[in-house]
This record gives sequence, C-alpha cells and structure tokens, in this order.
Amino acid sequence: MRSEMDVYVPRTLDEALQQKSAHPDAISLAGGTDVMVEINFGRLRPAGIIDLTRIPELREWRREDSHLFLGAGVTYSRIVRELADFVPLVQASRSVGSPQIRNRGTVGGNLGTASPAGDALPVLAAYDAEVVLQNRRGTRSLPWHTFLQGPKKTAMAPDELIRGTRWQVVNGPGSFSKIGTRNAMVIAVAGLCLQVDQDARQVRVALGSVGPTILRAPEAERFIAERLTWDDPGAPVTDEVVAEFAELVGRAAKPIDDVRGTARYRVHGCTVLAGRALRWALEERKAFKWL
Amino acid sequence: MKTKTGVRGGIGQSVRRVDGVPKVKGEFEYASDLRRDGMLWGETVRSPHPHARIKAIDIRAALESPGVRAVLLAGDVPGKKTYGLDAQDQPVLAWDVVRFAGEPVALVAAEQPEQAKQAATKIVVDYEVLSPVTEMEAALQADAPKLHPQGNVVRQLRVIHGDPEAEAEVWVEGTYETGMQDQAPLGPEAGLAVPAEDGGVDLYIATQWLHADLEQIAPCLNLPPEKVRLNLSGVGGAFGAREDVSMQIHACMLALRTQRPVKIAYGRQESFYGHVHRHPSRIWMRHGATRDGKLINVQAKLLVDGGAYTSTSPAVIGNATTFAAGPYAVPNARLEGTAVFTNNPPCGAMRGFGAVQACFAYEAQMDKLARAVNLHPIEVRLKNALKTGDVLPTGQRVTGAAPVRDLLSRCAALPMPPAESPLDRDRMLIPGGAGNVGHGEALTRGVGFAAGYKNLAYSEGFDDSSEAWVRLSVDQEGPLAEVKTAAVDVGQGLDTIVTQVVRTELGVQRVLVRQPDTAIGSAGSSSASRQTMMTGGAVQLACQAVRDEVLRRAGTSIIPDPLDEYLRPPIEATRVFRHRRTGKLDADGQGDPHVSFAFGAARAVVEVDTELGLVRVVQLAVSQDVGRALNPQSVRGQIEGGSAQGLGLALMEEIELKDGKIRNASFTDYLLPTILDMPPVVSDLVEEPEPGLPYGAKGVGEPSTVVVPAAIVAALRAATGRELPRAPVKPDELVGIR
Repeated sequence: MRSEMDVYVPRTLDEALQQKSAHPDAISLAGGTDVMVEINFGRLRPAGIIDLTRIPELREWRREDSHLFLGAGVTYSRIVRELADFVPLVQASRSVGSPQIRNRGTVGGNLGTASPAGDALPVLAAYDAEVVLQNRRGTRSLPWHTFLQGPKKTAMAPDELIRGTRWQVVNGPGSFSKIGTRNAMVIAVAGLCLQVDQDARQVRVALGSVGPTILRAPEAERFIAERLTWDDPGAPVTDEVVAEFAELVGRAAKPIDDVRGTARYRVHGCTVLAGRALRWALEERKAFKWL
Repeated sequence: MKTKTGVRGGIGQSVRRVDGVPKVKGEFEYASDLRRDGMLWGETVRSPHPHARIKAIDIRAALESPGVRAVLLAGDVPGKKTYGLDAQDQPVLAWDVVRFAGEPVALVAAEQPEQAKQAATKIVVDYEVLSPVTEMEAALQADAPKLHPQGNVVRQLRVIHGDPEAEAEVWVEGTYETGMQDQAPLGPEAGLAVPAEDGGVDLYIATQWLHADLEQIAPCLNLPPEKVRLNLSGVGGAFGAREDVSMQIHACMLALRTQRPVKIAYGRQESFYGHVHRHPSRIWMRHGATRDGKLINVQAKLLVDGGAYTSTSPAVIGNATTFAAGPYAVPNARLEGTAVFTNNPPCGAMRGFGAVQACFAYEAQMDKLARAVNLHPIEVRLKNALKTGDVLPTGQRVTGAAPVRDLLSRCAALPMPPAESPLDRDRMLIPGGAGNVGHGEALTRGVGFAAGYKNLAYSEGFDDSSEAWVRLSVDQEGPLAEVKTAAVDVGQGLDTIVTQVVRTELGVQRVLVRQPDTAIGSAGSSSASRQTMMTGGAVQLACQAVRDEVLRRAGTSIIPDPLDEYLRPPIEATRVFRHRRTGKLDADGQGDPHVSFAFGAARAVVEVDTELGLVRVVQLAVSQDVGRALNPQSVRGQIEGGSAQGLGLALMEEIELKDGKIRNASFTDYLLPTILDMPPVVSDLVEEPEPGLPYGAKGVGEPSTVVVPAAIVAALRAATGRELPRAPVKPDELVGIR
C-alpha cells in the first residue's frame, strides 16, 4: 500500500481531462461523500485524486430543447432549490444524507460510485437518462443501464470523466420514495421511482437497493401501460389493477439480506411503495396540468 | 438553603452551562484536540478474529516502516499484563489467546498518524483461528470451550423473596430481548501521554473516573501511583463508554518507551471496537397476580452477554436481577440472573446499567397482566406501585422518596399531542420522514406507558466517596471561590452544578472550577447518576468548613458583607462526602445493596405505518422523581437526552454481530436518532426531597433512559397488536414478516 497520494486541483475542464488522461489510476472526486468514506475506512487507496470541485462547467445544468442536461457537479442542495419541476429528482435529492452531505454530494458522484443504494439513480433510470462521458478526444453518451454495470462497476474508461447526465423532459407525474430505518439521513433499504410518461404512454418504475444495480420493472410497466386509459386520465383504475401492478414490481426486486434489512422485507417494501406511487400518480394525472 | 441577596446563579436556578458557549463556538478543547511539540501518534493493531490463538507475531516490516519509533507487544508491558474495573482479566495486549474481534494485539508509534497506520498494516500476526462462542445459552453448555479459567459464568445470583412457590389466580409469561447498544459518545477515545523527568508519565485523558484509570494504569506500567499523573482533558460525552480503560495504558507504554509525547485518538470505527457496550439481554418472566391485578409472585430468569471480559458485568447483572420485579410491591419472588462470557465484544457500563433491560421485560409483563385482568395499564401499575416503607425483593426497605403513584398519575395526565390529519402536516412528519414513503396511508397511533427505577451511586458495599477542595480568597475584583475535585464533567453539566453549590453556600459570585486531576482524592465515577449528590455533597461540605472559618474570623453568625477583609490569608478546606453504607447480598440475594433510588414514568405516543413498519414517535412524556431540581433546565436536558438514547434502543440502535464480528461499526449503519426521529419531550419534575442527600437532590441522568424504551415498544404493541418481544423493533417485525 502506498503511503503517499497525489492530489490534482484542475481549474478548467481541459486541465482535468489532461490530468485524467495522464493519471488514469487517479480517482475523480467531487463532493467526496463516498470517496472519502472509503479512504477513511481503508477500503480505497487511490494513487491520486483529481478534485473536480473547481471546474465551473461541471456545476451547470441547462435545458437543451426537450432535454435537461445536469452537470455532474450539481449538488443535491442545488437540485432541491433550482430544479423544482423535476419532482422525483428533488424528492430523491432531499432524501440524501444530512444538509452537510447534500451541500457536498452530487449526482455525478452517485453515478461514479454506482452503488445500488445511490438515491438519484432510480430517478435517472425512470427518466431513461443517458450518462455523458468525456475524455480528451471527445464525449460519448451511454444509456443509464449500459453505464451502470453492477455494484460499484461502471462502463467508464480510466481516462474519462462524468460530464453529466441528460434526459428527455417527461410529461407526466412521478415520485421517488425511499425506505430507511430512520426518518432522515439513512441509506436506502429500498428505493423506488415511478414516472408516468403521457407522451410515450409509459409508466416507468425503477428500484434501488434491491439488486446488484438499479432495476426496472418491465413486466409491471407493460401491465400498467395496457390497463391505463391513456386518453382519459379521469378513467377509474381498480384496486385489483393497482395491487397486481404492485405485485409485479415486487417481483422485479432481486434483493439480498444484509445489515440494513432482509430480502423479504425489501420485496414487501417495493410492493407497498409501488402501489402508493401509482395511486399518487393517478390522482395527480386527474388534475388538469397533465391534460 | 437561601442564596445570599445579590448573588445570582445559586442552586435551584436554571443557570446557563459554564461550558456552553465555548462548546457551541467550537472553542472547547476536547481530548482529540490535544497536541504537544514533538509528539508521536499511536496506533493499535487489533485481532480480526473473535477467538484465536496467537502463534507468532512478526514486527520486522513494521519496525522498518517510515517514521516508526516503536512497535510494542504484550511482552513489552512493563508490569501487570491485565487490567479491569472489577476482575483484572483483560490483557493490555493479547499474548496467547484473543477473545473478541477488535482485541488489541500490538501498538505502533510513528511521527505521523498515516505512518503509524501504514506500519500497523505491516504487522503480521499468525493466528490459529478457534471457533467462537457467540450465543449466551451455548456458552453455558457443559461442553462449551471455557473462555476463562473459571468457566463462562461471570456472575450468577438469585434473589429469593417471601414464598417463591406462592400460587396466584392469574399468570402471565414472556421472554424478552434487548440488543447490544453503543454509547456512541460524539468524541471518540483520545488522550496524550507525556513522559516525565522523574521516570513517570503525565496522561491527559477524556475519562469518567480519573482514579479508577490510575489504579489500573500504574500497575501495568510498573510505576508507583504517584508517578502516574492523570489530567482531565475535554470529554465529548461518555454514557458509560469511558468507564473502562481504552487507550490509556497503550499511550503511556509508547510514551515511556520512546520518551516522546504520544497521542492516541480513535476514529469512529475504532471506537466501536475500543469500548464496551450495553449488555444484550434475554429475560424470561412469569408474573402471578390476583384476579383484580394485585401482584403475588414474580419469577424471572435473566441472561446478559458480558462478552469477552468481566468489565462491569457483575454489577450490571446485580442491578438487572435486583430490579427485575420493577417499582412494585411484590410479596414473593424468585429472580435469577446470569452474566456470561462469550467471544462477543465486551459489554459493560451504559446509561441505565442493567435497569434498562429489566424494565423492558417487567413493563411488558405489566401490560400483559393489565390485559389479563382487564385493567388499564396505568391502573394495574397504580395498584402495585412501590411506596416509601415497602420492602424490595432483596429485603431492602425503601426509606427515601418513592413517589411511584404520583409519577404514574402525573405522567398519564400530561397533555396528549393533538390528533393530526396526515393531509395538513409537513410530509416530513409522516413515518418514514424524508424518505417520502407515504401521504398518510395505513397510519395508526398507539400509546404506551412504563414505570421503572434505578439505583443512585454504587451498590453492594462499594464506598465511592468524593473529595473536594475549596479556597476562598480576595483579589482586585473582590472575593473569589476556587473549587477543585477529581470529578469529571462528561457533558452532563457537573461544573455548572458545582458553581451553583459554591455560590449558594458561600454567597460569592465569582467561582472558578479548576481542571480535575489525580493530585486530589478520588471523586468516584461520573456514572450511576451520582456526581451531583456525591461531588455536590463534597463541595457543600468543603464550603461549609470555609464558611465556618469566615464566621470565626468575623465573629458573626452570618457571612459578613463585604467579605474581603476576612479573606487575608485565604481560607481553604478539603472535605470528603460518603453516602450511607450498603451491604453485599447473601446467597439468597438478601441484603441492603442500594444507596437510594430514582423512579420515572414515561408515556409514548407513536404513529406506525402498518404496511411498511415505519415509525414516528409523536410525543414522549416523562415524569421523573428528581428529589430536588438544582438546575431545572439541566434536569430537563438530562431527561430529553436520556429519552433520545432510550428511543434509539427502542427503534434503531443496535450493534449487529455475525459470528462475533461487528457488521456496522460506523454511523452509516449504526443508526442514532436524528432530530426528525426525536419528538418533543414533555418533562415533568416531581420534587420530593430525598432525606440524607445534599439539598435533597437525586441523580437525574438515567431514569428516562430506563423507562422510554419500554414505553415506546408498549406504544408500538398498542398500535399494531403484535408481540414485539425484542428491542430494537425492526420494520419487518412491525409488519409481521420476520
């Protein structure tokens, strides 16, 4: 184990990309709320650290036609303050850690760490977001499910940085929910994001902390897409349909027992959250703003 | 006692904490802030195995590692190889067998903390891994590996009271468990050892009891006690975690070996391995009563897991067993307690000290009895409530205040929280909080009660006296009182109380509390809710002696005003306060074991999301027997803090073990309540002065921690109709899928 570590402090994106290219074994660091924990526990000992917090381009978000681009360095606190239109993302961001952690932590960090418990990740999955990567030669975009390869495993090349994430702005209600054994500042036992897409006539559901990576619930999504009366948001949906949808979502979960909860409880939790999230979305859909 | 006119901040007033502003501003120096020029950093190598034989230790690579100045093993311990508060059975460094995962095996001192950590990883210990004994029942089997020469029983006692075979009309029975709670003081263990020219050592340390540390450190260093001088450093909370020695001997060994100052400061993870925890318990009880709910007979078998070494287990099981019938008049009882050795982390002192586990069991039983005889939980408790003059199962007669009936009726009458619609409240106040898991679905409320009690000061014949020195002098600004004791303000506010006592007794506004050290006599531990009465008492006695001298000099019967001319030369006095003598228990658990008692009652109102098993505690209401509140705001602070720690045990705080290894040694996964989990506490101070104690004040730190876990879990049972025999209650138990 090395005792020394090089810390790079680039001021521009170009500088950062050059350093990442020159030192592919250096780890990028934004808020440090994951990386520093790993280092302090002795589980991670990178040869170097590239501190990305001084690069203005990474801290931007913008609308690009019908898409939203979210820079990797936008903190959860800023998302809560500045991106109120993106309700599930705001709800997920508000559920992250403490105020101090939300002031430091970023969605780019969630992507880089690629933990199945990353709170923003089910939201990106339900948005069908893509991840924008950049190295000295250029940028490329990967769908979220191609980028996230497994627990703490991504498709990012050693010379790449996470530039940000981009998704098509969705027309329809949605929500994010997270179960934890404490009422705040807790790692998810199970997380769920449900997003209705009126234009695509889809209901997309993504689950966190119940599998090696973020999971979607395709069977449940197909089932509910067929049962909804897409042209009439006021059309009733029976309790049986909601229950079956919830059941199918529960079946999509592939959890394990660990120190935070049992697999059985996690499946149960996904089922309950799915039923609730669907009802909330259906209620909201009845309101005029989605017509 | 009347405070002299014009002197502010005497006893009975909500005086602001003397350490409050520096702590809030970040100016208070905690032990982890200690620094000295040329100091080295110490690091501890710990066993990863809960049970193993050490075959060899190779330190060559570590010695050659950059910056390393010393690597020490068990053979380097200069004196006695073991220490302990009760039995000295815990190795300073393991040399033969390790008995828990996290047991110290080697020490490193290096110029930089990183260098020390790096070197520690280079120490190669060759272990022969042995199979660990991790279950209490398994440890008691005849064929279980003996973890200590005397076997696996730390202490076994029984209390036989009246006719334990007495018949009853109604019986209720249950088995209850509590998990291993961590004290989780926010300041991890830290200290600085500085070698002295006389061959001794000065240790700057955050602890609960300087003299108990000294008694354990000096023999291990093979130094006479006067050559080991302890100086209190800033203590960032304790709750029992600092009763046992942690890094004290280690830092001194490294300092003496290197002849350099050595600092050891644990991080959070190491802190989980470096101190004892609350004993997990499994308690069987059977209560017999008349058809109208009057207790006839209480049977109990208590088992607590002491882990790998003795620590304070004998006193913890003594408490749990003698309190097992609760604050009730019980004519007949058989109470049997056993503390066992296992290869789990050692358990010892934590706020509530055995009384918490017992209360969780006996109060669940009282609710079962209430249902069996069709009485309200409060009624069945009132019917059996202990009062002054009653006899406890040990045969000890309660001579002091025991306002149990008062506590129960007052607690039940405290204002209930208003009913709240889920629709018009902040979503954060729905169970699940920031997780946004519900908009009010499947919510039910439950209300639960608990009463309980705890001894004050040390029991079973222990003479834990306290010494105080007071000096009254005069300078340009007028009279100045200085006070010194070895008593530790762990954050509970003792220094403030001492200041109030001095002002009241001497009528002097300016009081300086000197930093404690071992140059003065022992003050006993800041534990067992004892310092206000013991050190408060010693300071009162010393002040009275000083006052007598003032009166003699002035030839008056009241303190003269102005006082200045009578203080040349200054007046000094040193006095010792002792509590009344107690006695050991006989073979049937009969005797006079406890000094005094503090009682409490709690009501919890909870709201449960019954589909997800998530909880919001809506309100805690605590009526507490405080004798007399010397600083009402501080008393309420203790009740609120004690309630928070009780809430933690009820709902989330547990060291999770697998095969003897801690799985959640961090604040990421060892969950403490946040402000969103902790409801407002309605605290009600019941003041019935305790005869024989200074100002009639009882200790106030523990009763809320004793009763709140039982009250919260009772409320959860009421909300869900489930048994919930174990704390902490997990979400899956609340929805019935465990």
